[in-house]
Amino acid sequence: MADEIVLLSTWPSMFGMRVRVALAEKGLKYEYREEDLRNKSPLLLMMNPVHKKIPVLIHNGKPISESMIIVEYIDEVWNHKSPLLPTDPYQRAQARFWADYVDKKLYDIGKKIIWSTKGEEQETGKKELIECLKLLEGELGDNPYFGGENFGFVDVSLVTFSCWFHTYESYGNFSIETECPKLVAWTKRCLEKESVSSSLADPHKIHDFASGVRKRLGIE
Amino acid sequence: MADEIMLLDWWSSMFGMRVRIALVEKGLKYESREEDLNNKSPLLLEMNPVHTKIPVLIHNGKPICESPIIVEYIDEVWKDKSPLLPTDPYQRAHARFWADYIDNKIFQLGGKIWTRKGEDQEAAKKELMECLKILEGELGEKPFFGGENFGFVDVSLVTFSCWFYAYESFGNFSIEAECPKLIAWTKRCLQKSSVSSSLPDPLKIHDFVVQLRKKFGIE
Repeated sequence: MADEIVLLSTWPSMFGMRVRVALAEKGLKYEYREEDLRNKSPLLLMMNPVHKKIPVLIHNGKPISESMIIVEYIDEVWNHKSPLLPTDPYQRAQARFWADYVDKKLYDIGKKIIWSTKGEEQETGKKELIECLKLLEGELGDNPYFGGENFGFVDVSLVTFSCWFHTYESYGNFSIETECPKLVAWTKRCLEKESVSSSLADPHKIHDFASGVRKRLGIE
Repeated sequence: MADEIMLLDWWSSMFGMRVRIALVEKGLKYESREEDLNNKSPLLLEMNPVHTKIPVLIHNGKPICESPIIVEYIDEVWKDKSPLLPTDPYQRAHARFWADYIDNKIFQLGGKIWTRKGEDQEAAKKELMECLKILEGELGEKPFFGGENFGFVDVSLVTFSCWFYAYESFGNFSIEAECPKLIAWTKRCLQKSSVSSSLPDPLKIHDFVVQLRKKFGIE
């Protein structure tokens, strides 16, 4: 029986994009449903009653929530192709650590840069973002990917933020490439993969989206 | 060659306790080192340079950080005894989801109860009870969150139970009154020696909070 896979997400969400990358890496067909977060569908509320957030993967009717938990699920179920996590327990723990680091830091720091009205908070956000990206750049080292020779779990967790870089740079008035050239080179390397290029939103569309939200919040 | 296992810990940390439980569940011998969080050891700073936090597990010289990640590592390396995660991918995702829920909610809300006053404290109490009720619902009629057996979600949550008395005392409420099944579950877990040997006495936690409140000038 063919798998039925539905993804509830929103197009600008870097978390939703992670799931799309993972599904594409495994060569899976799925139905994509765009949610309106100001008018959440009954399906979303039923499938993620605890957090009511996207992304939610619905596999043969059963929901899985939280993007990195979804990515790990996909990796475990469809383990015949493109493994995202390594097999060695220590390397798996390291991968989970860095994906957790990305989760703890980047989104909230990015919010300071884009949505804050105070100059000081924005400056702090910029500084913190560069520190985080430099740390990640150090972790990448001279490997082509965080997963080593192959694109992996940490690459999935971080690359989806790259389409938001232009927006961070624009509102923060700085250049991520100047500060972290190896990291930006890594994003370009990832974008050569079809699973990534087909899943990430256009950075200019993200910028227009952010601009629209800022206008609505009265901070543009 | 025997495994060398060291745990950098702090006695009252519910996160450190999770690792202790997992190590005991697997029947592992380890060296425990108590950190002074106001004067972190060079070893801690070297082994967890990113967050400089405990717990850190050091296995044959290599560090693993973040308690759920450490517990999962222990479960994967010593997989022949007392499995904490199920084998089915959907059930594993489900367990990880609830452990993540606990991580995002309980610590912050519990902390607000003993550090804040008035409206802030009331709001935190209300939200904590809502979360515990949701967790009680998830437990249902099962003996453990892991089903018939103690598992990953049980490890994640039970370590907060020794802090309940402090929350109740400073928040002036009773968790048992609102969530009797959850309290019954904590007592069931405490019958396991891995749990009872890893959790400190709730009265000691309470006294520790009294000291912290004095130190931070909260009265």
